[in-house]
Amino acid sequence: MDSAIDVLSWILLTLGGAFVFVGGLGALRLPNFYTRMHAASLTDSMASILILLGIMLQAGWSLAAIKLLAILAFLLLTGPTASYALANSALLSGLKPGNSPADSTEN
Amino acid sequence: MVILFAVFLLTLLVLTAVAIVRTENLFVAVMLTGIFSLLMAANFFVLDAADVALTEAAIGAGITTVLFLGALALTAEHEKSVSAGRWLSMGVVVVTTLILVYATFDKPRLGDPEAPVHLHVAPWYLEETPELIGIPNVVTAILGSFRGYDTLGELFVIFTACIGVLFLLSGPRGQHLPPDDMALSSTAHGLRHHLIPKVVGRLLIPFIVLFGFYVQFHGEYGPGGGFQAGAIVAAGIILYALLEGEAQALKAVPRSVLMGMVIGGAMLYGAVGIAGIALGGNFLDYSVLADNPVKGQQFGILVIELGVGITVCGALLSIFHAFAAREPV
Amino acid sequence: MELFGLYNYWAFAVVLMTGFYAVITKGNLIKKLIGLSIFQSAVFLLYITMDKVDGGTAPIVQKGVTDQVFSNPLPQVLILTAIVVGISTTALGLAIVVRIKESYGTIEEHEIQNLDHYS
Repeated sequence: MDSAIDVLSWILLTLGGAFVFVGGLGALRLPNFYTRMHAASLTDSMASILILLGIMLQAGWSLAAIKLLAILAFLLLTGPTASYALANSALLSGLKPGNSPADSTEN
Repeated sequence: MVILFAVFLLTLLVLTAVAIVRTENLFVAVMLTGIFSLLMAANFFVLDAADVALTEAAIGAGITTVLFLGALALTAEHEKSVSAGRWLSMGVVVVTTLILVYATFDKPRLGDPEAPVHLHVAPWYLEETPELIGIPNVVTAILGSFRGYDTLGELFVIFTACIGVLFLLSGPRGQHLPPDDMALSSTAHGLRHHLIPKVVGRLLIPFIVLFGFYVQFHGEYGPGGGFQAGAIVAAGIILYALLEGEAQALKAVPRSVLMGMVIGGAMLYGAVGIAGIALGGNFLDYSVLADNPVKGQQFGILVIELGVGITVCGALLSIFHAFAAREPV
Repeated sequence: MELFGLYNYWAFAVVLMTGFYAVITKGNLIKKLIGLSIFQSAVFLLYITMDKVDGGTAPIVQKGVTDQVFSNPLPQVLILTAIVVGISTTALGLAIVVRIKESYGTIEEHEIQNLDHYS
């Protein structure tokens, strides 16, 4: 039972790391601002859930697990809000989505 | 294994520092400075300095970024590249780096327990703190009690910086903004048409302030203390000011209250010192504050950390309002 | 490995000199202030590197655990003070830069010196 929890937490941590890598790769290689924002927000949501769940399994039933759950709740509240605020302010300042050459001005 | 992690973090730190210096857009440089501070905090935590990591994350990554952005909004956003004398300074810098690297070969390796720095005063502090002061966090014990004078001086440094910034930026140019002037820029009204950040911010601000109070009062039992708590509560109120507009934030925590906080915290610290003299001991001697010397030490540390937290919060908020209320040129 | 034991100090040297290069080469006053704060952070790294002990933990004494090796608490206290002093000087420096911009209209160093010379 112990080693099953260990293996499960390692799988979750590795998957979370893979999502972080994909998010970073997308933030570098995608063409314009909105698609890059889309890739970077992957790190905020999916990767943080997987990594924190993996660490919670390692911690077991203790006060540390409750604190990690609180951290996960706050990250899930603030991360997507930050991505929204960034994309919204880009839209309000005139950067249009889409791939036309008129909008890759100030990336 | 920890060595590999530490090496990775340090390499990221060096790359971020080089990127900050090379970029020409100042906004990018300020954002990278925030990332640099966060990497520093992670490095400090790997090196077992939990209090310092918390302080660097709260003050470096949080407050410094906001101050730089406030200054950027009032000045330029791009820098002009300069080409005169670049190779000479690059040469000087490279030669000095090589000399420093050569000098590090004499230093004790990381973690050596026989290094001279671990042999003189530190074991005395680690042994005597449970007996003389009785609190678990040795760093707070040293900061508050054994080296209380240094902390008093530091408190007055941040007090002086607050007064200095208020002298420089509260002149007739930006002081009395009428709160209902519609011709002002949108910063006075906050993010009025951004609904999601407002809702989420209103949800989170009570928790941020509560966490600040937790860090304040748990400074004796875990990483924490007055400086971190002051920075966290100030960050929560700055978030409120960013979301609701600066005029609204000044109504919530007016300037007179901020001044009272800045002065009151410093005077509280001084009052504890004078109370030590009045009750028969020396200045900042906490053992005479209660009948049991250990209880007196704990009570003294609690009160001075409260004073430090109040002053740091008030000072950081005053500095923020001084930058935010100034009209750009 | 002995080389890894010194890696912290080499990273400190490189970051220190990077910040110093920004202070002496760049003309923009805010870039100089950013370089100064990088310089300060590198010094903090040096001090905190010196406080680590092999096998130690953060210096928080737990009840009932008697033979725990702790890391040195003294450099941490010094650096706590230094971080707060650093932000104080940065805030004051930024206020001065804002006033310079309002007086001279620019924050580039050579333009400010030209304006001073020719007026």
